[in-house]
Amino acid sequence: MSERKRQLVVVGNGMVGHKFIETLAGTDDFTITVLSEEPRLAYDRVHLSNYFDSPRPDLSLTSAEDYAAWGVKVIFERALEIDRRTKTIRTASQIIPYDKLVLATGSRPFVPPIEGAELEGCFVYRTIEDLERIEAYAKLSQSGAIIGGGLLGLEAAGALRKLGLATHVIEVAPHLMPLQLDEIGGRFLKRIIEAMGIEVRTGAMAQRIIARDGRAAGIVFADGSMLEADLVIFSAGIRPRDELARAAGLEIGPRGGIAIDDHCRTSDPDIYAIGECASHNGTIYGLVAPGYAMAKALAAHLAGDGTARFAGADLSTKLKLLGVEVASFGDAHARSPEAEEIWFADPLEGIYKKLVISRDGKRLFGGILVGDAAEYNRLLALWQSRAPLPQNPRQLILPQDGTEKGAELPAEARICNCENVPKASIVEAIKAGARELAEIKRCTKAGTGCGGCVPTITEILKAELARLGERVANHLCEHFAYSRQELFDIVRVKGYRTFEELLRDYGRGYGCEICKPAIASILASIHNEYILKDELAPLQDTNDRFLANMQKDGTYSIVPRVPGGEITPDKLIVLGQVAKKYNLYCKITGGQRVDLFGARLEQLPSIWKELIEAGFESGHAYGKALRTVKSCVGQTWCRYGVQDSTSLAIRLENRYKGLRAPHKIKGAVSGCTRDCAEMNNKDFGVVATEKGWNLFVCGNGGMRPAHAQLLAADLDEETLIRYLDRFIMFYIRTADRLQRTSTWLAKLEGGIEYLRRVIVDDALGLAAELEAMMQHHIATYRCEWKATLEDPEKLKQFRHFINSDDPDDNVVVVIERGQPRPATLAEKARSLPVLTNF
Amino acid sequence: MLWHKVCKIDDILPFSGVCAKVEGHQVAIFRVAGDQLFAISNFDPFTCANVLSRGIVGNKGEVWMVASPLLKHRFNLQTGECLDDPQVRVPTYPVRVVGREVFVAVVADESLAANSPLVVRGAEPTAQHGMMA
Ligand code: SRM
Ligand SMILES: Cc1cc2nc3c(=O)[nH]c(=O)nc-3n(C[C@H](O)[C@H](O)[C@H](O)COP(=O)(O)OP(=O)(O)OC[C@H]3O[C@@H](n4cnc5c(N)ncnc54)[C@H](O)[C@@H]3O)c2cc1C
Ligand code: SF4
Ligand code: FES
Repeated sequence: MSERKRQLVVVGNGMVGHKFIETLAGTDDFTITVLSEEPRLAYDRVHLSNYFDSPRPDLSLTSAEDYAAWGVKVIFERALEIDRRTKTIRTASQIIPYDKLVLATGSRPFVPPIEGAELEGCFVYRTIEDLERIEAYAKLSQSGAIIGGGLLGLEAAGALRKLGLATHVIEVAPHLMPLQLDEIGGRFLKRIIEAMGIEVRTGAMAQRIIARDGRAAGIVFADGSMLEADLVIFSAGIRPRDELARAAGLEIGPRGGIAIDDHCRTSDPDIYAIGECASHNGTIYGLVAPGYAMAKALAAHLAGDGTARFAGADLSTKLKLLGVEVASFGDAHARSPEAEEIWFADPLEGIYKKLVISRDGKRLFGGILVGDAAEYNRLLALWQSRAPLPQNPRQLILPQDGTEKGAELPAEARICNCENVPKASIVEAIKAGARELAEIKRCTKAGTGCGGCVPTITEILKAELARLGERVANHLCEHFAYSRQELFDIVRVKGYRTFEELLRDYGRGYGCEICKPAIASILASIHNEYILKDELAPLQDTNDRFLANMQKDGTYSIVPRVPGGEITPDKLIVLGQVAKKYNLYCKITGGQRVDLFGARLEQLPSIWKELIEAGFESGHAYGKALRTVKSCVGQTWCRYGVQDSTSLAIRLENRYKGLRAPHKIKGAVSGCTRDCAEMNNKDFGVVATEKGWNLFVCGNGGMRPAHAQLLAADLDEETLIRYLDRFIMFYIRTADRLQRTSTWLAKLEGGIEYLRRVIVDDALGLAAELEAMMQHHIATYRCEWKATLEDPEKLKQFRHFINSDDPDDNVVVVIERGQPRPATLAEKARSLPVLTNF
Repeated sequence: MLWHKVCKIDDILPFSGVCAKVEGHQVAIFRVAGDQLFAISNFDPFTCANVLSRGIVGNKGEVWMVASPLLKHRFNLQTGECLDDPQVRVPTYPVRVVGREVFVAVVADESLAANSPLVVRGAEPTAQHGMMA
């Protein structure tokens, strides 16, 4: 290797130029300089139209810090000339030497040479600056026209619509997207787009732009007709930016573009070209995926990998245009000899699908999808792998239930086109331990480009996990091939009362830490039996099993119920006395009650005995059950209160206490709209109005905060309670395991409107049944701790050792801020002044 | 090998565990189908707490396992191996039933001692604990 590092100059910092730099960064052989004519580093041009979204997204693909960290020097200037003799590039202000030169200059929009095309009010659609100009001008405009009904034209139409202009799309071909779609597909697309209020004219040739006061005012067509428009966007195709290369005498492709070989090398061995400016075997690729493939092949080649090649790519695409999915791949126009077509068309839903197959039905040649492109990744993979088609190819496009299809693909099928990842790599990552999409993305890069392959990756993940015997989204676990909701219905209808019965009839094996607590919870929701019955106790999570929350050192916390957060001085004193006697750490919780920490297993019964004698009950802090109903002081004390929120909160907490559910349930009642009880982030929230109560549901704090939504307004107390009974029971009956109400609602088809119809209008005719289930719960409620203290057999289980009364000598506390806390490992090891928690 | 009588098999609910103190060791004993018993250490090496006997017992494929009640790491009841992290293994102990009585023996397992995770024994009670009573 030579002393001096070689100078690598990249012209253009678009998507492909950036991908190249990102891939090569880190190899030590080169000093990289990049010339960028745009005033910013690379950004996501594919999602350019999102620029008009609110909030405005950050489209940048990188940052100055990244480039600095990679040691890449950026010069924001246009390259004006290449001098191959001296191996230099000239800009307006400097001359830059290169050893190797990479041209990544992209392409420019083609503006047809028609009269008036240069008028004020005429634009192209390629850069952020173009969009800024369009946005500013749109403020002065009423109507806009796009000349060109291809992919970019429709993107631009969406943008004009977002900007509030009456929008027209003009396409000279007989139908939209002539490159990708056939006539029927184009017609379907047109219909969907027109339904959005965008006018589409096909078979229309724009002849000139007419002016008023020097600005664009309309378009005149070849047939003499005229369309008024004060903003015009040309989107009539792109042309490769090969001007530097032409001037330097490099070889140019038959249809323009810088001619390159499989190493992306031009006719000058020290100059390379990648992306939209390059012409490989006469093809110019106007898509990002082939550009990325070139960037990677070239980076590998320059890093010394002799085998790296760009072997061409196909022009398959899947797009989301104006919210409409459109995809085409392979021989979409059925030009192959012996090609036959299978169609599926549903004009009501706006769905059109076509497969082009061989006459013997064995091979897939290509296809088109409009309106629903969910099958795209799978079909593309089938086409690319040349795998034989299944028996009944029409099944591939007929509407189906959501069975997992990614699973059927062959190992070599390419799943992620942007990053060129085959199925085998994804499966490998899962085998190596990846359990989540994010991990798969991190270790394979699949799904990190356009994101179009994510659904297929998810399917593969599910299928592989199932194969590995792990939990799949709706199957509870390896022991039950049913969802929680299905099991709930089975238990309800069949009346099972034990896990064994259900396992015998509907499961296999012996159960695990996933299905046992889930089924224990279902049994409890339906029958509300004492959860420590011998048949039920081993199913419970440790918290339920010992009716207390286990802490990190194996001790437990104790949370007596304080309905609505209202507590008498006497009870407060008892809490203090008990805490003192048993050396428990005290904390006021976020749920308006007191938590006593650090009780050893064998202490729980005597602690609870004292608490129950003082009138306390179990608070179910340990259960997936109703937790607390927070209250504010309301009308009783507060000058703003309009109803008695404290009384209602206490009533609700007492009504639903002990009710086991798919996940914990929290409520709150506020006395006025200031909402001091924070009912907005509760599973159910009630707020007082002058006329009664407003009921909100499905809020959540915690990891994924969600605002509760209004279910019904101005209710009297009895109606409110009826709706709440129905709502809570409907949730318990239909939610997934460990699904809070907010996620449940998010997955509920029809959302809050549907929920309102079920709960308020009783559209399913379930109301009476749901209310009866709640009545059963209320009638059978017992304090679990009270029941436990009455049963000497049960109390025997509250010991650390079966054969000794000794405490666990590994439970050690230290004093901090006047209270005990678990000793850290280091503290235990040092045996500092510690206290064994007797 | 010295067998210690620790409890009756009926003291252990099917598909659950208890902890016994044997020669100063905390031994978690589990009862699964057909009155089959397993004994492993009660110490959860991930959380350094003596809690394994309080985990949920079941099977994963062919393996009998217990899931720690704290962070749900699963352990093979037969071998002590952690199913979620094969690097980690907890000691196992011989266990048998005579009549309805459960017996456990504690044999030093040298192979484990060498690579066992940090085990911190609690300090002896000090004079200060008198203050708490
Ligand atoms: C004690 C307390 C914190 C405090 O010091 O104030 C607490 C403590 C625990 N919370 Fe909490 N949460 C407490 C209020 C909250 C709140 C605030 C509230 O209820 O107003 C929230 C956010 C509100 C919400 O749930 O929407 C909250 C969101 C969570 C979550 C996340 C839930 C979610 O859906 O995102 C978990 C994890 C879970 O349940 O899976 C959690 C889990 C836990 C557990 C049970 C973790 C565990 O398994 O050991 C903690 C056990 C405490 C114990 O041993 O007693 N805790 N936790 C609060 C007890 C309230 C009570 O009296 O019952
Ligand atoms: C609105 C829109 C939507 C699109 N949607 C999709 C899609 O859904 N799917 C898809 O696959 N593709 C899509 N594309 C195409 C995709 O953006 C391009 O294929 C991709 O950006 C090509 O990358 P590139 O680096 O080759 O070119 P570019 O991204 O155009 O980058 C070239 C850069 O070089 C600069 N440059 C040129 N000459 C010089 C010079 N002499 N000196 C210095 N700098 C120079 C240019 O200013 C530019 O910044 C879309 C494009 C647009 C405009
Ligand atoms: S926020 Fe986390 S650490 Fe704090 S109490 Fe809640 S669950 Fe425990
Ligand atoms: S196909 Fe675009 S990210 Fe995978």
